[in-house]
Amino acid sequence: MINIVEHIVLVLAIMMALTLTAAGLIWLERRMLALWQDRYGPNRVGPFGTLQVVADMIKIFFKEDWIPRFADKKVFVVAPAIVMITILLSFAIVPFAPGIGVVDLNIGLLFFLAMSSLGAYSVVLAGWASNNKYSLLGAMRGSAQMISYEVFMGLSLMGVVMLAGSFSMKDIVLAQQGRWFVIPQFLGFVVFFIAGIAEAHRLPFDIPEAESELVAGYHSEYSGMKFGMFFVGEYLGITLISALITTLFFGGWLGFHFLPPVLWFLMKMFAFILVFILLRASLPRLRYDQLMSLGWKILLPLSLFNILITGALILYFKS
Amino acid sequence: MFSNLRSIWIVFLHMFHRRETVLYPEKKAYLPPRWRGRIVLTRDPDKEERCVGCYLCAAACPVGCIALQAAEDDKGRRYAETFRINFSRCIFCGYCEEACPTDAIQLIPDFEMGEYNRQNLVYEKEDLLIDGQGKYHGYNFYKVAGIDVGVKGKGEGENEQQPVDVKKLMP
Repeated sequence: MINIVEHIVLVLAIMMALTLTAAGLIWLERRMLALWQDRYGPNRVGPFGTLQVVADMIKIFFKEDWIPRFADKKVFVVAPAIVMITILLSFAIVPFAPGIGVVDLNIGLLFFLAMSSLGAYSVVLAGWASNNKYSLLGAMRGSAQMISYEVFMGLSLMGVVMLAGSFSMKDIVLAQQGRWFVIPQFLGFVVFFIAGIAEAHRLPFDIPEAESELVAGYHSEYSGMKFGMFFVGEYLGITLISALITTLFFGGWLGFHFLPPVLWFLMKMFAFILVFILLRASLPRLRYDQLMSLGWKILLPLSLFNILITGALILYFKS
Repeated sequence: MFSNLRSIWIVFLHMFHRRETVLYPEKKAYLPPRWRGRIVLTRDPDKEERCVGCYLCAAACPVGCIALQAAEDDKGRRYAETFRINFSRCIFCGYCEEACPTDAIQLIPDFEMGEYNRQNLVYEKEDLLIDGQGKYHGYNFYKVAGIDVGVKGKGEGENEQQPVDVKKLMP
């Protein structure tokens, strides 16, 4: 009984921490973008502007929560929730440290892939229910992008699974005790990283919401906290992809002994979040057909090649 | 591919560059002396108002934000009875300063005139009038004018000769 209560408390704590991290990321991203663009960014509200997020949150809670008359109401309301739910559920399989994690599924990686596929529904339904041409265009692009990048996102991880011999995230981390998987699986890492950016639809792959072309893409019609959910969902997505890269390729919580494991995990994760922000600061958005041809013509063959080589080498060293 | 990586690296190096932003309320940006900001009405070296109420500024103003009413005191000196500038319309073009024959109206390097209430941007004469001479020192219109309003006696103005005594002007 006590065990169950403990577990529930842990789960709630992880959820709270993630949501707060995602909110804090908004501040972090604005400050880092500003740093890389020789500006200051928000530095007025609170120490170093950290309370800017609180101010924004208060603002967004008090905004009119408007549903357009022409929208498909039920779907319109459900869509922003889907993005939060699927991403938070994906976090269930992330092992932050030994003992800190929601659940250790033996199909952990597959669960993540399934959840991120479901995340595509949020984009599609939001765009469709908005009944707006820009939203629809964004949703079409988003669904095509997410579905096609899903394919080799899964394939790029198969090398890791072959090396670890398990889908369980914990086993994958423990299999990296000698060396991180980024060394034997460098190709897989690159492909997964690019696919992860596309999956979180961040720049340079943010064509579903391309501001300069599509107003705000699939969430053009959203306002108030519904928009806030999409916004926080995007940052949760970044956190998720960074956490997964850390777990799968950079040894998760493994590190030297002078720091607790969870700190190692967080350090690695934040390093990748910063890389995400740096990419946003430096790279222009791809054109839609460029994105598609990059995916299908380069990254898919690369990930297949990676699987082939990894499998061949494993078989060679076994025999 | 290589150029992408290079641009990422270049952007990363901007971390160590100086930030361009001037943190405004703490640090003020340099305003050149000829900056066209808030409009003031100046006084001549004798602390009298320079404005003679000629309406040229109001005529020159492209947005029509200047309104004034000229008057004349008992010595014959013209002055502006009311002088009103609506700064919510003013575009700070400086045409009024160019048009002013007596250097009375001047634009000074000050732009911090934000208000919450739009009506507060309408400045009356007492808001506009300053005690000093502004940018142009030493000029006093009535010292060079052809009329006597008690500023100077006959023949005492600048570059002015004593009047000719017509009774002694003999051929």
